[in-house]
Amino acid sequence: MATQFHVVVIGGGSTGAALVHDLTLRGLKVTLVERGELTSGTAGRHHGLLHSGGRYAVNDQESAIECIEENQILRKIAPGSFEENDGLFVAITDEDVAYLDKFLAGCEACHIPTRVLTAEQVKRLEPHINPQVKLGVQVPDATMDCWRLPMRFFATAKRNGADIRPYTEVIGMLRTAGIVTGVRVRSHVTGKEYDIKADIVVNATGAWAEKVSEMAGARVPVKPTPGVMVAVRGRWCNMVINRLNKPSDGDIIVPQRGLSVIGTTSWTVEDPDRLGLPEDHVRLMFEKGGELIPAVRHAPMRAAWSAARPLIAEGGAQEGRALPRTFKCFDHKVRDVVEGLVTISGGKGTTMRAMAEATANVVCDKLGIDAPCRTKEVVLLPYWAYYQ
Amino acid sequence: MTNNGFFGPKKTITLKVLRYKPGAIDPPRYDTFRVEANAVTTVLDALEEIKATQDSSLLYRHSCHPASCGTCGMRVNGREQLGCVARLLEQGSDVVVVEPLASAPLIADLVVDMTPFAERFAPAGMRLVRESEFNPEAETPVGVETFTRYEDCIECNICLSACPVANTNPAFIGPAGLAAAYRALVTGERSPAEVFAYVDHDDGVWRCHSAMECSAVCPSNVDPGHKIMALRRELVTYKVKRFFKRG
Repeated sequence: MATQFHVVVIGGGSTGAALVHDLTLRGLKVTLVERGELTSGTAGRHHGLLHSGGRYAVNDQESAIECIEENQILRKIAPGSFEENDGLFVAITDEDVAYLDKFLAGCEACHIPTRVLTAEQVKRLEPHINPQVKLGVQVPDATMDCWRLPMRFFATAKRNGADIRPYTEVIGMLRTAGIVTGVRVRSHVTGKEYDIKADIVVNATGAWAEKVSEMAGARVPVKPTPGVMVAVRGRWCNMVINRLNKPSDGDIIVPQRGLSVIGTTSWTVEDPDRLGLPEDHVRLMFEKGGELIPAVRHAPMRAAWSAARPLIAEGGAQEGRALPRTFKCFDHKVRDVVEGLVTISGGKGTTMRAMAEATANVVCDKLGIDAPCRTKEVVLLPYWAYYQ
Repeated sequence: MTNNGFFGPKKTITLKVLRYKPGAIDPPRYDTFRVEANAVTTVLDALEEIKATQDSSLLYRHSCHPASCGTCGMRVNGREQLGCVARLLEQGSDVVVVEPLASAPLIADLVVDMTPFAERFAPAGMRLVRESEFNPEAETPVGVETFTRYEDCIECNICLSACPVANTNPAFIGPAGLAAAYRALVTGERSPAEVFAYVDHDDGVWRCHSAMECSAVCPSNVDPGHKIMALRRELVTYKVKRFFKRG
């Protein structure tokens, strides 16, 4: 059922991609604006892990459950967009081995399938692994294409009528008597400024959420929390290799194409546009990555970069790794007495579809629309359909 | 170059960036920016720095940063490269000229329209995933059929921009599309009849002049030039066999 309601989504990352797809399927008229290229913020430059949830199974089970559920759904709706090689949590030290029981219990509680492998089995499957390896646990991690997966959502949404406008930056919120009624934008293609009216504006700008919500006088407790990643030439593992221990720096190597991506670190910044690239973090990736696969220490560096996680810091002094990886949708009418603006932030690439579903539910509730979410079933078009 | 995490001293580099905004910066011009660069600073890092601190209207395409997505193709000192892995201090000059790719319509600044390129490779039936080339003998764990990996070609369009033929003949399928056709043939994804119908004409496999610029600029070691030569050999063999079958 088509409606006259119009939603403007700010932010062309993975959340925005999944959200325009979801809202379009529910029959709404949707316009998305993104100041740069689609997925040019955090979405494009994470390490490319489709989480099984194993990483969070001990410390952050809410995120772990979201991950394993979405992991299964994304494989179904985006076939061909993943390297479905599973992941391996490896124990190198006795301390790692001591973490095994907690890890297995956590995975079981979150319904993440596991299989324990002996050191010999691990070495046979992963010939480049640190020969000190004590054991491994196989989980359903996968590698995703950070650009092409969100582009499949954009392609499908566009085919279904969504209006997607990259290179279009929001420079102000239109407000009438405290109600957000649209956005003022500047096209970086033509330099022209114009207004887009909306019944609801959704701020899906991730680590930039606070900058954008401030334009409407609303607050979002987002802490841009970057991490450094280093890609080396050569594919040094078949599966995603994780350190079997609590989350820490340099605890993962994600193989993709002809590269191996070592991640990551964690610190907090004020401005998500000025992340920088700390030299000591880059070196740490070689050192810690080398504890998992010694050969990466001497593999030629292809690239090193930072990406800002959009973590939610709600009412506490928590920072960095202590912050939950789950997502939150804020209706600013409830929070800041600003009607017409909804913010979605937090979360991760793996949970993009769930974040969109939660946000679309809030949008539909506010508009009084009763339309079920269909994104768990609809198979996405190939990404290149975006360009047709 | 290995350079595993050692940044070295900083140096000031001048970037001359082509600017174009239809109706606003029209005709195009070059703007000059100065940035500090170390041994690992890339052209993309420099553009991001400029956008954040000097000119927020600067447009360029980018997404992944380790040369995996193929969005940030551009010409740096006249040479097609991915901005995310083109190191600024390795460009051979203190003034570095940055321009959009050729062979695609210019939208604004460094952004080109990828639609014509998508139209060239889509018919080849390119797939993202294929079986692993790495360690295919490895025993796969229970639940994994076989190790898979993404296709090497990242569809970045820089081979097309570097190709002297494509620059004068827009109808030419181009290196990436022909390389994809070759792969579809040898993997059996497409029948020989389908593949050859796609490539056996004046704007297909025979148009290539073997300049090999495509292979020289390819950031993913796809080596389209030699794939085109191999595709020609397959096509000739196919035609000869068909000729004798008929006889």
